[in-house]
Amino acid sequence: MSRLPFYFIVGLLLVAGTAMSVQRHLQFEIPWLPGKQQEVWEVEAMINFNAQNGPVEVNFALPSHQQGFRILTENTASSGYGLAYQVNELGRRAQWSIRQANGSQQLYYSAQILVSPDARAPQQLPPELPTVTVWERPYDTAASEVIERAWSRSANNASFARELIRDVNGEQQGENARLLLTQFEPGELIVRLLGQADVKARIISGLLLEDGRRRQTLTDWIQVYSENDKQWWLFDPETGEQGKPDNLLLWETGGQAVLEVLGGSNSRVTFSMLTHSQPASAAVRNHLSEDTLLNFSIHSLPLEEQALFQTILLIPIGALMVVFLRVLVGIKTSGTFMPVLIALAFIQTTLLTGLIGFLLIVAVGLVIRNYLSYLNLLLVARVSAVIITVIAIISIFSVVAYRMGLNAGLTITFFPMIILAWTIERMSILWEEEGPKQVLIQGGGSLITAVLAFLAMNNPIVRHITFNFLGVQLILMALILLLGNYTGYRLLELRRFKPITDDEPS
Amino acid sequence: MGILNQLTLQWTSPSRLRDKGIIGMNRRNIRYIGRYNNRRLYPLVDDKLKTKLLAQSHGVTSPALIGTVETQFGIKRLGAILQGYGGFVVKPAKGSGGKGILVIVQCDGHAFIKPSGARLSLVDIERHVSNILSGLYSLGGSPDVAVIETLINFDESLLAYTYEGVPDIRVIIFKGYPVMAMMRLSTAASDGKANLHQGAVGVGLDIASGYALRGVQFDRPCQRHPDTDHDLAGLKVLHWPTLLNLAASCYEMTGLGYLGTDMVLDRDHGPMLLELNARPGLAIQMTNGEGLRPRLDLIERQPEGVEPEARVAFAQHHFARRSELVSSTDTLGVNT
Repeated sequence: MSRLPFYFIVGLLLVAGTAMSVQRHLQFEIPWLPGKQQEVWEVEAMINFNAQNGPVEVNFALPSHQQGFRILTENTASSGYGLAYQVNELGRRAQWSIRQANGSQQLYYSAQILVSPDARAPQQLPPELPTVTVWERPYDTAASEVIERAWSRSANNASFARELIRDVNGEQQGENARLLLTQFEPGELIVRLLGQADVKARIISGLLLEDGRRRQTLTDWIQVYSENDKQWWLFDPETGEQGKPDNLLLWETGGQAVLEVLGGSNSRVTFSMLTHSQPASAAVRNHLSEDTLLNFSIHSLPLEEQALFQTILLIPIGALMVVFLRVLVGIKTSGTFMPVLIALAFIQTTLLTGLIGFLLIVAVGLVIRNYLSYLNLLLVARVSAVIITVIAIISIFSVVAYRMGLNAGLTITFFPMIILAWTIERMSILWEEEGPKQVLIQGGGSLITAVLAFLAMNNPIVRHITFNFLGVQLILMALILLLGNYTGYRLLELRRFKPITDDEPS
Repeated sequence: MGILNQLTLQWTSPSRLRDKGIIGMNRRNIRYIGRYNNRRLYPLVDDKLKTKLLAQSHGVTSPALIGTVETQFGIKRLGAILQGYGGFVVKPAKGSGGKGILVIVQCDGHAFIKPSGARLSLVDIERHVSNILSGLYSLGGSPDVAVIETLINFDESLLAYTYEGVPDIRVIIFKGYPVMAMMRLSTAASDGKANLHQGAVGVGLDIASGYALRGVQFDRPCQRHPDTDHDLAGLKVLHWPTLLNLAASCYEMTGLGYLGTDMVLDRDHGPMLLELNARPGLAIQMTNGEGLRPRLDLIERQPEGVEPEARVAFAQHHFARRSELVSSTDTLGVNT
């Protein structure tokens, strides 16, 4: 039996993978290592609505050059719609229109945004003060009391705004604020109160940029104009914290609606985003050459799918880790690829929270599964019962963590529940048949594998390389094939077979 | 320095293992199981009922089949099946690791007596069979079949070497040649089970004679059975050539090239085949203090189509060894 075809395939995979990666490096100037200085964000907005069988007009706010970000290119995808861009002093907007549309409609807007710390926003004129709000009784006294209280504790517009936000939203929330909140949303209330005190303010919308996120929505922020500095200050409407987070992209800064749809219902907009490092020039070129048939890569997919692939392309790294640990080291795991799925969950939850959550779920699950075994159920029914138990545990932990103010506890829902149920089932059987020691060995092995797979998959260099160089997947395949052909000793066998070599004089 | 010492104390080097001819898990899986065991043939050995019927049709001695129960309503016939048998064993066809095996040594009127002396009623046995059928003991909980066979009266010569359980003899058959053998003696530590990793004593057996070569418990050499305190040096398997021939003929019977045969010595019927294993473990190398590699390499060079008797003779001639137990009594004092 010749192994020649095997080595031929492995060699072919290695050569093809390397060639593809080098080609991508040369043609698109993608650096081998992630670099911070040339970070480009791809942001895609998807507008959804139901057209009501008639003319439709969609008006959507667009981001502009601003502090920290520069818009490189932008594209839209909207079959059959007419498109016009409008620019005025309040910002840029896109206007789609169509004579006749029916049913569910999708419009796409995507932009490539370069992170550049020295980018500045164009000078904006201070807005007119809104017409003074007329409060009805008893809201008028409540409003003026809230304003007075905050005014007395502040020195300028900025500190006044901060105190006001804390009075309305924070721990200082008083009776008056609660009364006013029955009439208005917090953000709107704060802007009204600021206006009443002759401070120019408005609500704007921003997008928090996080790599690989999908289906995100815009968040509200409050801008306050400072007469002394002739510029706008940004406040978090929840905490009153002043200043712009580095990853906040201001989307709509005119105090207007982000999305207006005429002739449609149920309209909403969601955002997907991705980051990658490449020279800005290459980013533009990459984008322009996109529509050739030759550009057959996942980088031509919509951003939402690309973000999904960023995670999917990491799975082979986890699989390689498992193969390595099982074939070369000899670690026992419960369920071959269960550790990879746990590691994927760790990416969402962060390591420490993930570990604690995993141990809690499995430990409580084992106790309950132990009781189920007395009921003498059939396998499928038993595992289904364990699945429901796992869901119950996760819900309880989430609620308890939230009540205790541990927001990290909420990420426990990212664990794959059915996999956890099978893990508990397998561990429980192992406990009955081989005793707790084997459970510790296999459970510990699984956890070690999961943590190592997580460390490999969460490494920024690994993420950069797997996502940008698809040829690496072929190289990974070749490595896994080679490992599958390894007939040597496992590391732990050197310990297992040690007694045999003892009695030989050395 | 201390850490380095600690490391060398617990670990050995790949080159030393290779010199000893030890094969590891990866090599066993790829070179032997993957190459010589056709996946299609696995069901023959994974299902004890199939193995038993196959053994019967090939004239390989195994405990006689009293009957099988395949359906829950078939349990009603159990009383009629067991009528007139003094002792019997109920086991799941797809069980592993000795789980779900019920041994009845005596029938006393309406009561069935276990080796421990506990008395069971027919209803108890019916419940046990029902559990087997619903897959309580089978791999993955799949539905199973209960097999009832005659009781093994194991040979008195081995009585002194076991605690509660039946001592069984594992012979590795490679391409039909017996390459290595060991006996597994249950201990109190292993709870009467013959599983080495649970603390049973493994005794390497000389392929030529059936004499004990060396004893191992928890991977450490041992000279005596820990419970009965009987010297392992005196251990010898009777009817050794018959046993080897029986084991070797399992190659023709199953077609599996790398096979673990579990045999047992019956007082009246001599060597019997208990079950077969298509993925035999590597612990046999520990109990023999020798690697499988040189023997497997030698067998690989032998031509196909040799008669079982000739294969056994070949193995007995080439794999003969001297016991470490007899001669090592004085050297042992030096070592410790």
